[in-house]
Amino acid sequence: MIKLDIHKKLQGSNGDMNLDIKLDIQENSFVALSGKSGSGKTTLLRVLAGLEKAEGSLKVADKIWLDSKKSLVPQERDIGFVFQDYALFPNMSVQDNLLFVNKNKKLATHLLELTELTELTKRLPNTLSGGQQQRVALCRAFMREPKLLLMDEPLSALDPFMRAKLQNDILKLHNEFKTTTIMISHDPSEIYKLASRVIVLENGKVIQDGDVKEILLKTNGSQKFSLRGEIIDIIKADIIFVAIVAIGQQIVEVVLDENEASNFKVAQIVNVSTKAFAPSLSSI
Amino acid sequence: MFELDFTPFILSFKLAAIVTSILFFIAIPIAWWLSQTKSKSKAFIEAVVSLPIVLPPSVIGFYILFALSYNSPIGVFFEDTFGIKLVFNFTGLVIASCFYSFPFMVQPLQGGFESLNKNMLEASFVAGKSKLETLLHVALPNIKPAIITAIIITFAHTVGEFGVVLMVGGSIPGETKVASVAIYEMVEIMDYSMAHIYSGIMLTLSFLVLLGVYVFNQKHKKRIGVS
Repeated sequence: MIKLDIHKKLQGSNGDMNLDIKLDIQENSFVALSGKSGSGKTTLLRVLAGLEKAEGSLKVADKIWLDSKKSLVPQERDIGFVFQDYALFPNMSVQDNLLFVNKNKKLATHLLELTELTELTKRLPNTLSGGQQQRVALCRAFMREPKLLLMDEPLSALDPFMRAKLQNDILKLHNEFKTTTIMISHDPSEIYKLASRVIVLENGKVIQDGDVKEILLKTNGSQKFSLRGEIIDIIKADIIFVAIVAIGQQIVEVVLDENEASNFKVAQIVNVSTKAFAPSLSSI
Repeated sequence: MFELDFTPFILSFKLAAIVTSILFFIAIPIAWWLSQTKSKSKAFIEAVVSLPIVLPPSVIGFYILFALSYNSPIGVFFEDTFGIKLVFNFTGLVIASCFYSFPFMVQPLQGGFESLNKNMLEASFVAGKSKLETLLHVALPNIKPAIITAIIITFAHTVGEFGVVLMVGGSIPGETKVASVAIYEMVEIMDYSMAHIYSGIMLTLSFLVLLGVYVFNQKHKKRIGVS
């Protein structure tokens, strides 16, 4: 069990803000941390890693990492940290990036096998693609066999295909090592696939905390099917109007009557839902 | 044919090599500290480190003479305890040059450290590595161009110094008469042909050294993919 009760004054983009987070996190669980930028997600992760100072307490298993008397430095905390920009050591080969953390060659070989990087062992990081580099960074984070794995938007710089591949790798590693993981992510499909619990922050406070399905599925009442999107255009076609809505990476058209059209404007965030028809899936 | 005396050149290069080696080890911890610190005293230290860039060499020379000659407590201490004179000899030149060339070693190193990806350094801390281990295994190997620049610029700057050397060392042949001082004397006695030869040698060597630095840095950037 990880028990944290963190307080920190932040200078955000909208003036000063207090980060006040109190959470219990089950051992071996996978928690997704979500919320608008500037809500304090990254700061919370950095506080957990000991990279930033904070008030409060943090207890991991039976060990106190932070309380009013002491605060362990990052070197003394059992953590793995995956950065958005990979942050590999450019002067070391893939293998040496891992062995620098821990001389356990067997573990390094095993991790590289799991993530299908065995052929790249001797390569320098800058000769690898973004996806490959992030897989190396992921392996490196596991080299310390951490009690807590922290990932700060690890996949946001990658294209959708690479993302899917890395999500599988993360899942594979999590299933094998059972490391308690906290990952910042904005991508609902990613969160759904990987995490069992979602915590949403806003202005330094937890505003939602619960089961992935409860929080992510935006249907309510009799709605069967609901997606969040942004209106990017409203076009008049004869007597009807057509709203062009961007949902994720897709664009859809929704027919509106004149009355409805006047209620919506471009750039508005809307729910696209249907009650009467069951959407059908077909393979492509 | 001219009788070419290479002693001033040898002296210049010996001085530069010694000063560069000393400063390299002094400057690394200071540059690393400056690049990492959030302390309020950073600006103060930076200003002190950079002073020799803006001060006239005669001012530095004057203060060093004032501080190290036998009229000062430091000068008295060294001469009475170790029997070492600190001015008007080669030792004095080394000390004076260390002050004079210090910023040229610190600044490129500090710039190199500051350009490093902060996350990369933090990744090393998170991996359990101390600041010293991170400095030795992660920071230094990734700022090779900055290290080469710092070494070469410090070396070249020490070879090229004139005012401080003249004030603190004078012009004792084989002891403190470095190339720049030798050229000055040749011009003074209107031996222009020798001055031409000496100056030509200095010009060529300096150019080759700088060319070497830039070629190395260009190649390194291509290889590592970062500056």
